[in-house]
Amino acid sequence: MIEVKNIEKSFGESKVLKGISTTFEPGKTNLIIGRSGSGKTVMLKTLLGIHTPDGGTISFDGRVYSDLTPDEKRALRTEIGMVFQGSALFDSMTVEENVAFPLQMFTTKRARDIKARVDEVLARVNLKDANKKFPAEISGGMQKRVAIARAIVNNPKYLFCDEPNSGLDPETSIVIDELIQEITKEYNITTVINTHDMNSVLQIGEKIVFLKNGIKEWEGDNEQILETRNKSIVEFVYSSDLFKKVRESMLAESEEEHHHQQQNNNNEKA
Amino acid sequence: MIKALHQIGRYFMMLKEVFNKPTKWKVMRQLIFKDIDDLISGSMGIVAFISFFIGGVVAIQTALNLTNPLIPKSLIAFATRQSVILEFSPTFISIIMAGRAGSYITSSIGTMRVTEQIDALEVMGVNSLNYLVFPKIIAFLLYPFVISISIFLGIVGGWLAGVYGGFIGSDEFITGIQRDFVPYHIAYAFIKTFIFGFVLATIPSFHGFYMKGGALEVGKASTTSFVWCCVVIIFVDYILTQLLLS
Repeated sequence: MIEVKNIEKSFGESKVLKGISTTFEPGKTNLIIGRSGSGKTVMLKTLLGIHTPDGGTISFDGRVYSDLTPDEKRALRTEIGMVFQGSALFDSMTVEENVAFPLQMFTTKRARDIKARVDEVLARVNLKDANKKFPAEISGGMQKRVAIARAIVNNPKYLFCDEPNSGLDPETSIVIDELIQEITKEYNITTVINTHDMNSVLQIGEKIVFLKNGIKEWEGDNEQILETRNKSIVEFVYSSDLFKKVRESMLAESEEEHHHQQQNNNNEKA
Repeated sequence: MIKALHQIGRYFMMLKEVFNKPTKWKVMRQLIFKDIDDLISGSMGIVAFISFFIGGVVAIQTALNLTNPLIPKSLIAFATRQSVILEFSPTFISIIMAGRAGSYITSSIGTMRVTEQIDALEVMGVNSLNYLVFPKIIAFLLYPFVISISIFLGIVGGWLAGVYGGFIGSDEFITGIQRDFVPYHIAYAFIKTFIFGFVLATIPSFHGFYMKGGALEVGKASTTSFVWCCVVIIFVDYILTQLLLS
């Protein structure tokens, strides 16, 4: 579990995170959502230790990050898998070399065992026959799968994903979302996803933290988000025409239902 | 001025981090061999070509300027040898290497920065500076080998241009290159080469590693790194010449 207590982060005069507290539980897909500039990328980078918070604490299963020694921090980072927005695959390495990289760096496994584990993980993300290809030779969706494979190959406890659907078509996005959720459950990983993709929010948002101007405006799950009356959330969720129409039809349906129920009640009374 | 001091301070902080927390030897060994191939072996062609012809040009120009019949023709070989060993091979070739290997280093590390590959290394817990820069420093320990080849080819170029251009006889040239030979000059050339090798490995890495922006900025960083490499090489050349030859 990742516990965030009152974290603050500023860049010069600009205060980006203003005292955010929340928890991210294992075995769940935890989402950080918000408009561009709301602070979600800074929050993710702060959780990853790329940015140092100005105040507050982040603890990983009870280990407070700021209290760890540099060696302990490095050891903790080996427990973290990360899927970057642009995949961040090493372009001079083949797919299998990319996936094998964390094992070569942090384990004493033999080449044969590494190969077996790489094949297993690549099969898990449904990627076959691409082992010898370079990242530039495969599609964006396949690159994302390789990035996920690299992130989980060393059995991480924590998985962070920065906009995993960015640049992907809706169908591939769903596949990637489902894959992340399956892996989260299968390995009981604490997964934190940074996104503004509403499909992901509704599909895999088991815990959703909504940020607005560096403040945690709301938190809940993908069912609660549809029912909330929080104005900022409603504006954010229903900002697209498609979702507006869905909401209008949902409201019309519920109004109709309400009307029917009232009519039935009147009939019964009569 | 403050910005320049900040950059210098940052450069030395980077050097400290490069030698901190080493990458696993098994992985590092592969990186070193790859960098030797890219930076040293890959530069041999251009170094050989330039050295050979510049050696020839130095011999021809010296020959054309020796109009006094009292001056022995063996001086053509002497001048070629001295120019090549003392200045041309260590310094001029280092400037060429700043363009060839330096730009490659800055653009490759810069592209890794732009595409978040360096962030990926850091998040995994890898000391990215050690992983990226240390193998280049080790690869450049072979730089004196490149300069030895350059010296050899420069003198051979001078010999061929002198003899086949009809400026000097072969025996006279051989006599000339042995004349007043000071072995210390070779040591001086290699001391310079080691230091230039370190400059060539670290300054382009610094500009690539700390660059910000996108593809356009990678190009700008490569240009800046070339300019700074040249400035530092020429400045260090001056200091070392004062210290070692005066």
